[in-house]
Amino acid sequence: MKTALWNSPTDRYMNVITVENLTKKFGSFTAVDNISFEVGKGEIFGFLGANGAGKTTAMRMLCGLLKPTSGKGIVAGYDIRSESENVKASIGYMSQKFALYEDLKVWENIRLYAGIYGVPEKDIAPKTDELLKELGFEGEKETLVKSLPLGWRQKLAFSVSIFHEPKVVFLDEPTGGVDPVTRRQFWEMIYKASDKGITVFVTTHYMDEAEYCNRVSIMVDGRIDALDSPANLKKEFNATSMDEVFRKLARKSKNNEL
Amino acid sequence: MRQFLVFVQKEFYHIFRDRWTTLILLVLPIVMIILFGFGITTEIRNTKFAVYDPSRDIATQGIVNKLETSEYFSLDRYVTSPNEIEPLFRDGEIGFVVVLGENFYENLLHTGNAKIQLIADGTDPNTASTLTSYATILLSSYQQELTGTAGGTIPYQIKTEVRLLYNPSLKSAYNIVPGIMGMILMLICALMTSVSIAREKELGTMELLLVSPMKPILIILSKLVPYFTISIINYITILLLSVFVLKVPIAGSLVLLSALSLLFIFVSLSIGILISSLVEKQIVALLISGMILMMPAVFLSGLMFPIESMPVVLQWISHILPVKWFIIAVRNVMIKGLGFSSIIREVLILTGMAAVIITLSLKKFKYRLE
Repeated sequence: MKTALWNSPTDRYMNVITVENLTKKFGSFTAVDNISFEVGKGEIFGFLGANGAGKTTAMRMLCGLLKPTSGKGIVAGYDIRSESENVKASIGYMSQKFALYEDLKVWENIRLYAGIYGVPEKDIAPKTDELLKELGFEGEKETLVKSLPLGWRQKLAFSVSIFHEPKVVFLDEPTGGVDPVTRRQFWEMIYKASDKGITVFVTTHYMDEAEYCNRVSIMVDGRIDALDSPANLKKEFNATSMDEVFRKLARKSKNNEL
Repeated sequence: MRQFLVFVQKEFYHIFRDRWTTLILLVLPIVMIILFGFGITTEIRNTKFAVYDPSRDIATQGIVNKLETSEYFSLDRYVTSPNEIEPLFRDGEIGFVVVLGENFYENLLHTGNAKIQLIADGTDPNTASTLTSYATILLSSYQQELTGTAGGTIPYQIKTEVRLLYNPSLKSAYNIVPGIMGMILMLICALMTSVSIAREKELGTMELLLVSPMKPILIILSKLVPYFTISIINYITILLLSVFVLKVPIAGSLVLLSALSLLFIFVSLSIGILISSLVEKQIVALLISGMILMMPAVFLSGLMFPIESMPVVLQWISHILPVKWFIIAVRNVMIKGLGFSSIIREVLILTGMAAVIITLSLKKFKYRLE
């Protein structure tokens, strides 16, 4: 589709996420096993893995929701262990499950999150109008979210998650249940965000979406078994699609769910 | 601070956008107090009774007169045979039946052993026992009069006077108001709060809020503000309705009563938080609040049935219900007009409960974030 900013030589060294030997244990079960990776500014980083591979746990640690058992993580320049409040203020988050407050109007939802993330009061109204115009939602400002179609809600939810211009946005299966056309539009929005320099950390179940990412990591049993650009991964695993790469890797899993 | 205000505003949107929530919060309390205050009364007034009187002498006439002239009862009919009694109850028109023995007056004079039987409908034991005890009081007072006039040998006539303290006209509203107040405050604070927090969890928005820079304690506090505000409004509504519509005066200090209610609101809100920290689904929060809080509150708090007549086990259970202590304290202050010294025990218990519940729920909430 297009080249993202992180490919430029200067930005390559500006890592927004740095993870070293990050581990999370729940009792004797190791959910995340000693993972290390870096994500550059404006990069679209795909985070793949079967259910139970440890994706969600890793992501929750990066968002400051879970404390790691050991290892280190820096997100947007802040330590996820000791500065989780700062981390929270510098990131955006959107999940499939969350699709805004249904009984609030479109602008009220935007207003609420802008308020929570401390967007200056005077900027909120003009930015809201700008955003709605960009989405083509001008006529829906006063509409209750529950009367919007699912695809629209997801697009709006994504816009809301980056309304405060975070350094990183975490997307947890953002396109679940959305039709292909809307998914396509959704990814165009992701690219736009990445162009603005926002790092996108995305988990997904759709392998065609993995192809859209700049780099992809694949988790198996809590470890990262592969991490490279989709093209390189396909070459390395001698596969024609990301789907094939994923299947070859997932087969190695102890608790195989595929 | 702005975060907080924005969030509080959102909670109010949730409440007022949902017609049912608004109805429950603002209209239900009014309906409940009117219904309980007027409709469902335990007081006795103009209850109809029937008489089976084979003797028809001066004494039995006197007894029937005595009953009929009271404001509690009115004579419906005489029955001519005991067989007619049961059908009367089946029709449900009659509160109780007075069965007098044969040769009543003669027996009374000579053997001193005249028999009266009161038959009431035991399917509603509360009403039945109230009816019979009222009637018994009237009968014994007639007996006193009779010994006075007919015997003539007793120079000093002893007259039993029954005086009912605090509620001289036996208005059940006196009993109902503190109970309704406790139930409504509990309903709004504990139930609505726990459901509203559980809803955020169920929809997944709680996760999003936890990822945000908003402090968890602020999230909880801003959830409480609307329900706290509405509880205060309801408290005032209930008081106004009791005083001006049900004519139940506030005998004690209004300040003390309000402080007491604030304490109880605080306890109820913390119960709401505790419940919501334990459950993930709205329906579970609803069931727990409903089954574990409201039902026992209705049955075990002394609102409907006297606690003293319950089995010991149930009496113990009733001790752990905050609403029970609140009702006792409100009765003392509002109805009996007693001062702070009369409710020290209740205030201490409620304060202790609040402390324990808050500690528990904060612990639980923190744990969930780890």
